[in-house]
Amino acid sequence: MKYVDEFRDGELARGVAEALARIVRLDRDYRFMEFCGGHTHAISRYGLEDLLPSNVRMIHGPGCPVCVLPIGRIDAAIRLAKLPKVTLCTYADLMRVPASGGASLMKAKADGADIRMVYSTLDALRVAEAEPDREVVFFAIGFETTTPPTALAVRRAIEKKLDNFSIFCNHVLTPAAMRAILGDRGGVEIDGFVGPSHVSAVIGLRPYGFVAEDFGKPLVVAGFEPLDVMQAIVMLVRQLNEGRCDVENQYGRAVVSEGNKKAQAEMADIFELRETFEWRGLGCVPASALRLRDAYAAFDAERRFAIETPSAKDNPACECGAILRGAKRPHDCKLFGTVCTPETPMGSCMVSSEGACAAQWTYRRFDARAA
Amino acid sequence: MCLAVPVRVTELLPDQMAKISLDGVSKTVSVALVDELRVGDYVILHVGFALSKIDPEEAERTLSLIREIAGPDS
Repeated sequence: MKYVDEFRDGELARGVAEALARIVRLDRDYRFMEFCGGHTHAISRYGLEDLLPSNVRMIHGPGCPVCVLPIGRIDAAIRLAKLPKVTLCTYADLMRVPASGGASLMKAKADGADIRMVYSTLDALRVAEAEPDREVVFFAIGFETTTPPTALAVRRAIEKKLDNFSIFCNHVLTPAAMRAILGDRGGVEIDGFVGPSHVSAVIGLRPYGFVAEDFGKPLVVAGFEPLDVMQAIVMLVRQLNEGRCDVENQYGRAVVSEGNKKAQAEMADIFELRETFEWRGLGCVPASALRLRDAYAAFDAERRFAIETPSAKDNPACECGAILRGAKRPHDCKLFGTVCTPETPMGSCMVSSEGACAAQWTYRRFDARAA
Repeated sequence: MCLAVPVRVTELLPDQMAKISLDGVSKTVSVALVDELRVGDYVILHVGFALSKIDPEEAERTLSLIREIAGPDS
């Protein structure tokens, strides 16, 4: 595939790794957080950690929206789906996320709730159009990449005068989570960020300015292919060696510094900031999530169905929270690979393919050293 | 869900939709978020929406920078 295969060239990757080994200083460590689950997946899948010098360590971040969604919100989605008139449309990744009391959307569907997996918000709109007697609720989750598609679905629903369509909004914001991780005294030590690929295609580079300005850490936005990640690591090491901390863009083929202004305008029109939102692993993070503006309250499933989302407890043995903060690695969890596997996940990080545990299990489960 | 892939636009359709080809697989997606698309352009496709247009010159520039880092032996 064009723009994919050429960025997976193993020979070139080994060449970059040799160059990296020549430029790292031996008197220090380099601890980089890859924020995004897509990067976590690429690092595991292509064995990039094996190519890195021993003093360059990658720390998995919280950038997997399925993983950071707290149990209380899944519980609420299940309650919504069980309402007799409701059809809940969801991205497939959410189906197996464990909720309270051993429940999941998958089990609720098996019990008779009308839950349908969709590829796109437009598919959910089509369900609403085709079945006017059903109350179609779209379970909207994700960072700034999935938010514009949700905003456009609301806009289309208005144009088509659909009054049986609403959004259960769980959209969260990348920069707020980065700030929470950097501001956590006693939390994991990070020397720089590998920044998200497609979140950055939407929001651009400016929202990351505080990482360099307020916290003195470099950030390099990188593509999702292995050579992209390797080059971004070289760029981060160079910055640190030169005593710089800047926001740089390795992924110029898809990310421009101002981002996608059309997508930003759509988001700003439909959504507003929540004062606070609960994240699995990070707790309540101020100004870190979105809800529909009052003007679109009719499309807000939380208001339409008076759904409450009380906080619920995670499985006490599950280490997803610490893993999402980068404080622990999958192998540190005693459930990892024993009772918790992708087939029977106990925690959210084992569910989505972008989750740190799922990536570790799929590609490196026998490699305790890399844990 | 977070998967986003580069795909080629094969046909522009009404209502800000387009037909794309992903390694031979054809699909109809929304291009409402991207301006000035032409048949043959590559876009990043995510949950049924084109999120951004791929700049072929930038892609080539990135590859030559990577080759430069890796050195002449690679």
